Amino acid sequence: MGNTPTNTPTPTLAPVPKTNRIGLQVVDYRGGKTTLCAGCGHNAISERIIDAMYEMGVQPERVMKFSGIGCSSKSPAYFMNRSHSFNSVHGRMPSVATGAILANKDLLALGVTGDGDTVSIGAGQFIHLMRRNLPIIYVIEDNGCYGLTKGQFSATADLGSTLKSGIANDLPPVDTCAMAIQLGATFVGRSFSGDKRQLHTMLKAAIAHKGTVMLDVVSPCVTFNDHEGSTKSYKYMQAHEEPLHEVSFVPSFEEINVEYDPGTTLEVTMHDGSRLRLRKMEEEYDPTDKIEAVSRLMESHVKGEVLTGVFYINAKAPTFIDMLNVTDHPLATLPESLTRPSREALAKCMAELQ
Amino acid sequence: MATIDVVPQESSGQLGQERVVVINDMSIQVATVNGSGSQSSNTVLLRSIFQMGVPISGKNLFPSNIAGLPTWFTIRASKDGYIARKKEIDLLIAMNGETAQDDVKTLAAGAAVLYDEPLALDKVRNDLIYYAVPFDKLAGTVGADAKLRKLIKNMIYVGVAAQLLEIDYAEVEKAIRKQFATKVKAANLNLAAAKAGHDYAAANLKKRDPYYIRRMDKTAGKIIIDGNSAAAMGCMFAGCTVVTWYPITPSSSLVETMIDYMKEYRIGPDGKATFAIVQAEDELAAVGMVIGAAWAGARSMTATAGPGISLMAEFTGLAYYVEIPAVIWDIQRVGPSTGLPTRTSQGDVLSTAFLSHGDTKHIMLFPNSVSECFTMASEAFDLAERFQTPVFVMSDLDLGMNNWMSDPFPYPEKPINRGKVLSKADLEKLGGFARYKDVDGDGVGYRTLPGTDHPAAAYFARGSGHNERGQYSERPDDFERNMERINKKFETARSFVPRPEVAGSGNARVGIIAYGTSHWAIIEARDQLSKEHNVETDYLRVLSYPFTREVHDFIERHERTYVVEQNRDGQMATLLKLDIKPELTPRLRSICHIHGLPIDARSVTDELMMMEGK
Repeated sequence: MGNTPTNTPTPTLAPVPKTNRIGLQVVDYRGGKTTLCAGCGHNAISERIIDAMYEMGVQPERVMKFSGIGCSSKSPAYFMNRSHSFNSVHGRMPSVATGAILANKDLLALGVTGDGDTVSIGAGQFIHLMRRNLPIIYVIEDNGCYGLTKGQFSATADLGSTLKSGIANDLPPVDTCAMAIQLGATFVGRSFSGDKRQLHTMLKAAIAHKGTVMLDVVSPCVTFNDHEGSTKSYKYMQAHEEPLHEVSFVPSFEEINVEYDPGTTLEVTMHDGSRLRLRKMEEEYDPTDKIEAVSRLMESHVKGEVLTGVFYINAKAPTFIDMLNVTDHPLATLPESLTRPSREALAKCMAELQ
Repeated sequence: MATIDVVPQESSGQLGQERVVVINDMSIQVATVNGSGSQSSNTVLLRSIFQMGVPISGKNLFPSNIAGLPTWFTIRASKDGYIARKKEIDLLIAMNGETAQDDVKTLAAGAAVLYDEPLALDKVRNDLIYYAVPFDKLAGTVGADAKLRKLIKNMIYVGVAAQLLEIDYAEVEKAIRKQFATKVKAANLNLAAAKAGHDYAAANLKKRDPYYIRRMDKTAGKIIIDGNSAAAMGCMFAGCTVVTWYPITPSSSLVETMIDYMKEYRIGPDGKATFAIVQAEDELAAVGMVIGAAWAGARSMTATAGPGISLMAEFTGLAYYVEIPAVIWDIQRVGPSTGLPTRTSQGDVLSTAFLSHGDTKHIMLFPNSVSECFTMASEAFDLAERFQTPVFVMSDLDLGMNNWMSDPFPYPEKPINRGKVLSKADLEKLGGFARYKDVDGDGVGYRTLPGTDHPAAAYFARGSGHNERGQYSERPDDFERNMERINKKFETARSFVPRPEVAGSGNARVGIIAYGTSHWAIIEARDQLSKEHNVETDYLRVLSYPFTREVHDFIERHERTYVVEQNRDGQMATLLKLDIKPELTPRLRSICHIHGLPIDARSVTDELMMMEGK
């Protein structure tokens, strides 16, 4: 319950608490106490979401949180208590989120889910969410296993990765980023819960994006998938994470005071005027080129590296809401005068049937 | 049809006997191939009779196929206003060589057959009245090219039938013009085809059957519409804003028609849509979107059929337990499994009542007419939002996809009821709220919508165990209290759902309970029982679940009550038995029909009399 009082009068002698551009403190973005395991990557992601929302000055009451079922899907309870949240059914969060966005397109939708939700039971809904380019930030807290049912493999587990018992995975993994790019998501990236700076920056850019943001965040499961032999462990990620570029972000409401060198940095102007800056770490990489993005991802699998960064962005594509041409006022709260046609309209309908 | 038992008819004039004239009381069956354009011709024939002032009903019996399989269309004209299916066929129009022999064999002696000459059906039996028509030759004279000939053959039989039945030919022309209102070329071609048939019949056929259509005044001011279109219109006037769906027979036309209506009548002052209609990837997503939209405050709905209902079970449980409104139209077809996708049934009643795992009970409405499809749309949305729970409207294929005559629909006078929703101003006054607290004693808590600009507005909607404040809880007392409160909503709903309709003196010993489209067979069967067997009955039509007091009283007042329904296991009877006093359950007897064709009065009468031991 969002009972945290806001703007509590501050005692005059105490230091003035730090606030963001809408006058809220970080505490206004906090949630309940986590019940996930100590050290769980998901908790770090919750922290990054809190920071990103705070820094971007998002009004918490203007955010809708969605999740499915699993450890990851519990996490919306651990950040942003002042936002409405819907913990739905396993794998079917995308449809619930879609409905809510149809009802109120003005709110910021954030889906937090897992690899089980996304790639197995919910693969169908994931596919169609991506296809629609619905305005939503879809975060996969990807640990390669089913934590809540005690560590079975998920469909993002790498070939040869082992369970604690030593059993090796013998099916190929699904690359959610390659899938999302192919399907139509317009902001696709991968990060690591332990890469504080990169994840934080990508989340802020995600908030500024208009359309579907798909972020696959490798988030180690300390209890069931953090051992030798796992490819989703902290140790493995520290050794194999391969950033495609250095990501920085200048929100629309901030003045640009750092110029960039077009020779080494690529800048993408986003829908709201924010700028996403990608400093090259590789020769040429164009994040607006789908073919290159998918090709580079496939290459990373062959090389055995975990590529991170913003793989693909299209800041201009129309969203599903644009395509539906719905009225400006949210459908949820349209007055009866606009939702019930007139007596004359019914008379006309009847006359046509006589 | 080859599949139906036909009881020989007693009355209508037999060959060689003194001529009997039957006016405005007949059943015409047209046997064609689907995809041959016969739907337009049948509609024209139906409308022509309707325009003559004679009550009609039209039932399309079609295969689950796009083109090339047998299809039958039955038009019943009844001066008494009986619009249930009638088993006996009086005039067969045989256009399909594949089924013609069987179609003819199942007719009662004395029936008339209008057939395509090359089929040589007069060789099959000698106790029928035959009219042979060289359709191909006539189609050639109309001047259509070879491609169109197949289609206009069907309009030729309309002209022939109109001449034989003495339908005022001007009405046929009017009906053709209405059918092809936007296609002048097609209208002219069809007018020529009907005329060719009419002229041929006048010059070459000698009237030998007893059937006539004579002008009367029982259809003035009435409309003709199918149940799905009526439901679509009803939902539009109910203020629905989000529709999500997955195509499935026989429900698809509900949403497809709704798209047309909404595009015409629901464009806002800014020229943009005051609605969103989305075709989902499957039924799970369709209902998931409905629930998400309703949680965020939209009036949302979906339409589906049995297989879709099965797929929606998990989400329905979520909506029930998280307490989110949803309107779900079930246009019932024959199950289990794929079953008979293009045949009608009332087979989803029991599974829908308790849809989902765990303890759930859902509000259901049972429209019997196109008019109730319209009015119950508003009722369904109001109930769903009033009780924050899924509401199922249990239509069926017979109602949804067939054309029915009706009085014009009444404008919804009651203002839209969005239920208990707290605004920013409410929250400023209250300071906060507990989402699942029974403040008013009716079991229904107050909810808030995302986007409500108050720091205490948010709550956490979750399908997992929760307390009054929506917080995660595994405490036994929290769980039990919550489930009991949700049950209280269902009990409260008993006095808000539409009450049953009761007919009869109230003093009969025999009661009949039915619902939905079975109604039309019951009103005719009650007249048959009274006139032919001297058995007087009282009748209660159930309009909703949970059952209201009147249902219990009705059963208590009658020595025995027959529950008539279109399924195998007596699903409504089972629901009733769970609800009424245990000592009353032996009073219920089931009359069940499961062959997939709309239930007819004669079958009900015969079975009831057999069970009465007479």
